[in-house]
Amino acid sequence: MATRTVRIGSSHGLHARPAKLFTQAAKDAGLPVTIAKGSGKAVNAASILGVIALAVEHGDYVTLSVDGEGAAAESTLDTLSELLVTDHDEQ
Amino acid sequence: MTSSSPVGELHGIGIGQGVATGPIARMADPLPAPADVASALDLATETERANTSLAAVARELEARGLEAGGSARDVLEAQAMMAEDPTLAEEIATRLADGKTAEWAVYAAFASFRDQLAAMGGYLGERAADLDDVSQRVIAHLLGVPAPGVPSPGHPFILVARDLAPADTALLDLDMVLGLVTSDGGPTSHTAILAREKSIVAIVGVVGATGLADGTSLVVDAATGTVTVDPSAELVAETEQRIADRLALVNAPAVPGALADGTSVPLLANLGSAEHAADAAELGAEGVGLFRTEFLFLDQALAPTVEQQRGHYEKLLRAFPGKKVVVRVLDAGADKPLAFLNDAHEDNPALGLRGLRALRASEDILREQLTALAQADAATDADLWVMAPMVSTVEETKYFMAIAAEYGLKTPGVMVEVPSSALLADRVLEHAGFASIGTNDLTQYTLAADRLLGSVGAFQDPWHPAVLRLVQLVGEAGAKHGKPVGICGEAAADPLLAVVLVGLGATTLSMSPSALADVRHSLQQYTLDDARRIAAAALAADGAAEARAAATAATTPEMKEATS
Repeated sequence: MATRTVRIGSSHGLHARPAKLFTQAAKDAGLPVTIAKGSGKAVNAASILGVIALAVEHGDYVTLSVDGEGAAAESTLDTLSELLVTDHDEQ
Repeated sequence: MTSSSPVGELHGIGIGQGVATGPIARMADPLPAPADVASALDLATETERANTSLAAVARELEARGLEAGGSARDVLEAQAMMAEDPTLAEEIATRLADGKTAEWAVYAAFASFRDQLAAMGGYLGERAADLDDVSQRVIAHLLGVPAPGVPSPGHPFILVARDLAPADTALLDLDMVLGLVTSDGGPTSHTAILAREKSIVAIVGVVGATGLADGTSLVVDAATGTVTVDPSAELVAETEQRIADRLALVNAPAVPGALADGTSVPLLANLGSAEHAADAAELGAEGVGLFRTEFLFLDQALAPTVEQQRGHYEKLLRAFPGKKVVVRVLDAGADKPLAFLNDAHEDNPALGLRGLRALRASEDILREQLTALAQADAATDADLWVMAPMVSTVEETKYFMAIAAEYGLKTPGVMVEVPSSALLADRVLEHAGFASIGTNDLTQYTLAADRLLGSVGAFQDPWHPAVLRLVQLVGEAGAKHGKPVGICGEAAADPLLAVVLVGLGATTLSMSPSALADVRHSLQQYTLDDARRIAAAALAADGAAEARAAATAATTPEMKEATS
């Protein structure tokens, strides 16, 4: 199990477009991924309903956990973390 | 099922004077909740059904997203992901394992997420509606019925619906919609408001419209409120000619509003912000009969400053140099509550602390607004008139005249929206500089029917002789005191009713700018004597429909020719 904690960069939090982009990427990762807000319960990162319901705001810390080891898990964490720290609403 | 498609003519309330012809595309009704009954099929079959429909809806939403592009694409793709959400799939599987039908399992699983989002409120609460939409689509697919929502048949169509919600109207492709026919809704419904704003041919409240089938050809004549099902080739040809004639009418140069005998009836615009002032002037508005100031205050936690207000008012007044501009001071309450004015819960907000009542309770806000108006007036050349909303007593009239005078505003007046003000118009106009009749509220209060409530929408008809009689009282009082009487409700946008209102004593008419061309043309057909005769016919009727019919009958071609 590989985990990483990152801070949300999107100015509108993890809703709408950022949530869609994130869950799409999590779905495409090929490894089971969960996301938890702060010390809250972890939800399936490929579930847009689960992710939206976390009500993650700009500046919140979230923890990603990938059910896997080694390079594949680390690369998945890199991709997803990058999405979370980017401000997608910045035009 | 024994329902059959209606034939011949259907009738409703026409919005505007337009006419349209084309094939129907129906907006499917919301589906009823599926019954919570045990499945007659085995688990594997129900699971397969659910998965097939979820996938089909996801693919369709993705395809629509590609077609729509832009921000709509993100919303539709997010909805597609909701349909195939793994957490949702678990919830559905649990219910299917309990022996439920696929319809119920999908419905209940979506509902559990929906309630969770709705409870969070705000942005997430709004996503609950997206989820409802997906749920409805999946259930429709399972049942093999059309999905609810605005159709996109790929060719121009006449949209037939129960009523349109604001969310539906936002997605309407106006290049494709030839006309609107709704079974529900009155003249102030969202559909009617949209139709007026965008000049879409529409008939609302059409009994029998729900039975119309997709693809059926229609002629929609808003001027008579008539929908003709499967029209003859002659009627279609005649309709197409009328569409061409109307286009010519709308493109005709705008002259000042006047009757056939030359009696001047200035035609003014109703505006909600200074942004549209130039457009209104282009459509021939001879000034502004109702400038609503609510937009400055809505969505604000605090009232805007005097400087902010003054800037907006100056922008408005500059668009109409030398012309009359009637500004209504803040009209809050009922359908447009403002937190800083009145945040007390009211069971009956239409009868509550609203309009001038609310301003009096927060007099500093009224004083700031009058200060900003006086400053803007001093800096510009328009003829500024100021009026108070929801005035219901002579005492309130005197109050507003006195406070407006303190700021040096030259022409203060009152809106007549409450029957008490109309009944005592002779005394109200002794003090007020002018009266402006708000026919929407006057109708709601006269007939005791909430104008926002669809179930009593049929009462919201300004043709009702009780409303017309009140207008007549105000018209007579205006003539007695030599004070102008304007109309600034949607009634003035109805070309025939506009003639009636002039016959009852209205001296100016104010309306959505899109209605100006039709009303201008209608007034040109009648003399003041004609208008009085037509008004008398309407007044003598027992109800709104009868008044409209009597007025129409009084405009026979012989009568017109004899007097013009």
